[in-house]
Amino acid sequence: MAPAFEYAPAPESRAIVDIAPSYGLFIDGEFTEAADGKVFKTVSPSTEEVLSEVAEAGEADVDRAVKAARKAFEKWSALPGSERAKYLFRIARIIQERSRELAVLETLDNGKPIKETRDADLPLVAAHFFYYAGWADKLGHAGFGANPQPLGVAGQVIPWNFPLLMLAWKIAPALATGNTVVLKPAETTPLSALFFADICRQAGLPKGVVNIVTGDGRTGAALIAHPDVNKVAFTGSTAVGKEIARTVAGTRKKLTLELGGKGANIVFDDAPIDQAVEGIVGGIFFNQGQVCCAGSRLLVQESIHDELLDSLKRRLSTLRLGDPLDKNTDIGAINSAEQLARITALADQGEAEGAERWSPACELPSTGYWFAPTLFTNVTQAHTVARDEIFGPVLSVLTFRTPDEAVAKANNTPYGLSAGIWTEKGSRILAVANKLRAGVVWSNTFNKFDPTSPFGGYKESGFGREGGRHGLEAYLDV
Amino acid sequence: MSDARLSVFKTYKLYVGGKFPRSESGRVYEVTDSKGKWLANAPLSSRKDARDAVVAARKAFGAWSGATAYNRGQILYRIAEMLEGRRDQYVAEVADAEGLSKSKASLQVDAAIDRWVWYAGWTDKIAQVVGGGNPVAGPFFNLSSPEPTGVVAVLAPQESSFLGLVSVVAPVIATGNTAVVIASEKSPLPALSLGEVLATSDLPGGVVNVLSGRTAEIAAPLAAHQDVNAIDLAGADEALAKELEIAAADNLKRVLRPQPVDDWSATPGTERLTAFLETKTVWHPTGSLGASGSSY
Repeated sequence: MAPAFEYAPAPESRAIVDIAPSYGLFIDGEFTEAADGKVFKTVSPSTEEVLSEVAEAGEADVDRAVKAARKAFEKWSALPGSERAKYLFRIARIIQERSRELAVLETLDNGKPIKETRDADLPLVAAHFFYYAGWADKLGHAGFGANPQPLGVAGQVIPWNFPLLMLAWKIAPALATGNTVVLKPAETTPLSALFFADICRQAGLPKGVVNIVTGDGRTGAALIAHPDVNKVAFTGSTAVGKEIARTVAGTRKKLTLELGGKGANIVFDDAPIDQAVEGIVGGIFFNQGQVCCAGSRLLVQESIHDELLDSLKRRLSTLRLGDPLDKNTDIGAINSAEQLARITALADQGEAEGAERWSPACELPSTGYWFAPTLFTNVTQAHTVARDEIFGPVLSVLTFRTPDEAVAKANNTPYGLSAGIWTEKGSRILAVANKLRAGVVWSNTFNKFDPTSPFGGYKESGFGREGGRHGLEAYLDV
Repeated sequence: MSDARLSVFKTYKLYVGGKFPRSESGRVYEVTDSKGKWLANAPLSSRKDARDAVVAARKAFGAWSGATAYNRGQILYRIAEMLEGRRDQYVAEVADAEGLSKSKASLQVDAAIDRWVWYAGWTDKIAQVVGGGNPVAGPFFNLSSPEPTGVVAVLAPQESSFLGLVSVVAPVIATGNTAVVIASEKSPLPALSLGEVLATSDLPGGVVNVLSGRTAEIAAPLAAHQDVNAIDLAGADEALAKELEIAAADNLKRVLRPQPVDDWSATPGTERLTAFLETKTVWHPTGSLGASGSSY
């Protein structure tokens, strides 16, 4: 379909961000080099341009960070909750003030469209700090006893798909409850966490309360295994989550895991098709599908399969893929060459196994990591693309005839993070929602997030909840 | 007393899927009282018994988790009623098993009966305590509700053969989970007898399955079982607990680590209820009633 009219480029200015040529580790309130002087580069996934060089923390650096956090814990946990709250309110406000800068930075380092960092990531980051700030002096009313205590030092490892938002999900509740933290951002997206360190400085946060150690999986493993860490929180892949669960076995470390998913988006024959199509598109192509709760399996009632697919394909043809800083861009870059290779391999496998592959006509930029929005039809439950988490802009379409069949297929996965239901019939929504084994069920909507709303999985999607009153439990000795 | 009637011994059997099978292995082991006197031969359960129990527990999960909370409360209360009627039997068994005087054993049994009553009352309250609406910043109805985790393997406490057992089993099933329970290794008889009460309390078969034998031998396949969703390690020592927690990571079972309990008769909190609950959050747009935005 020819576009109705052409768009002129509308890039957001990157002049608002001043990225230094190199960054150290943020330990005990100071930026320092790694003990062994190791560094690694972080690139812009849309251009492969090197953005900065970042210190790679080894075991000695992790140990130094944990010691700093331990030292800071005594005073931080003894502060009146109302004082901790004010630090968090300050942080929330500074994030709001600097949100355009952080949005551009995040888009540069992650590759996701500015539309998303500006309208989704950053507002949620600020809201999350604002929400948990308010809990800091009200913990005795949260249902965890009259005077619930913090755990101590939290070791937190976060992924690259929502770098600053995942930082907020981890740090805000940890600090509100009186813990101190050592956080390891993802190897490919370290910059926003380092900018957050500067926000901590501006907020006057006592040194050692927040420590940021950059590095790869080895840095994360050292943090999780550190004997003086009391709490481990991880968001990432199910395979790594299982390894972490084995590592903390037999210790007293409290563990929460937010892992992978293979969310089913179920569309019944009475669903409003146009709204459902918007939900399906948002469900799998938001953030290039690099979302643990993505609706990566579309379950369509057989009678409307053709009609829905026509609408969906028409809509996909209007998505704009390209420069993530362009305000009109819908689909940005894949985060890394490694992730692109994984998506490519799984999509190729889908084709090899006999599923039918379709993508809209779509020109991919010549540099950077790109993958066109992709649909697979004629997919059965045995296909790899219907079972494995692809973590990319790839949607597998399956069909069903009865609500029971939809539920059975939706639940036929070791994961249990998210699901969607599209129907105009209220009782059917409630009946189906009731039977889905998933931590978040979006009905007639998808991919909605809020600091007050607990988020987390069933089964192999992990355990524990982030957000809301529930999110406090992970950081309290209860 | 030469005119004394010769008593009829009870054959202690497992309780699986609402039935009372022997171990498929045909094995038994000798159970003695605290002075070493023979009490009974208990089934020495095998890995296969453990797997059969998981199948039974999974089969029972749909109906039990789908039952109304009120109904589950009624059934848990019924268990207390049935126990009360057979109180003397359990007092004698607990006294033998734990080497307690009759009066001390009575306290244990009374506390166990009362524990069923406590949890019977929780079934239809826990959702209001731990769930609720979330005030999201947008036009959405948003509700978080607790749901049972699924099939829970329970290693009952080793020392407190009856009160400890009831204290770990009741909270698991109160919320709609089903359980595979490994009785105290040394003192399994009160647990095996509990099956007789459960079988006559309207509790659907398979909701609670009781195995006796070597804790480590039965627990290993349960901890590694892909269709078990959670494990309570109350009856494991430190080394076994670590080993089982590692095995449990394979399908990310929820693990309740063993904690020292001085006094099982103390009023429990809600921790054993919430340890085996998931939180499901359902969103729906609230829509709008037109330009005025008012329904009044």
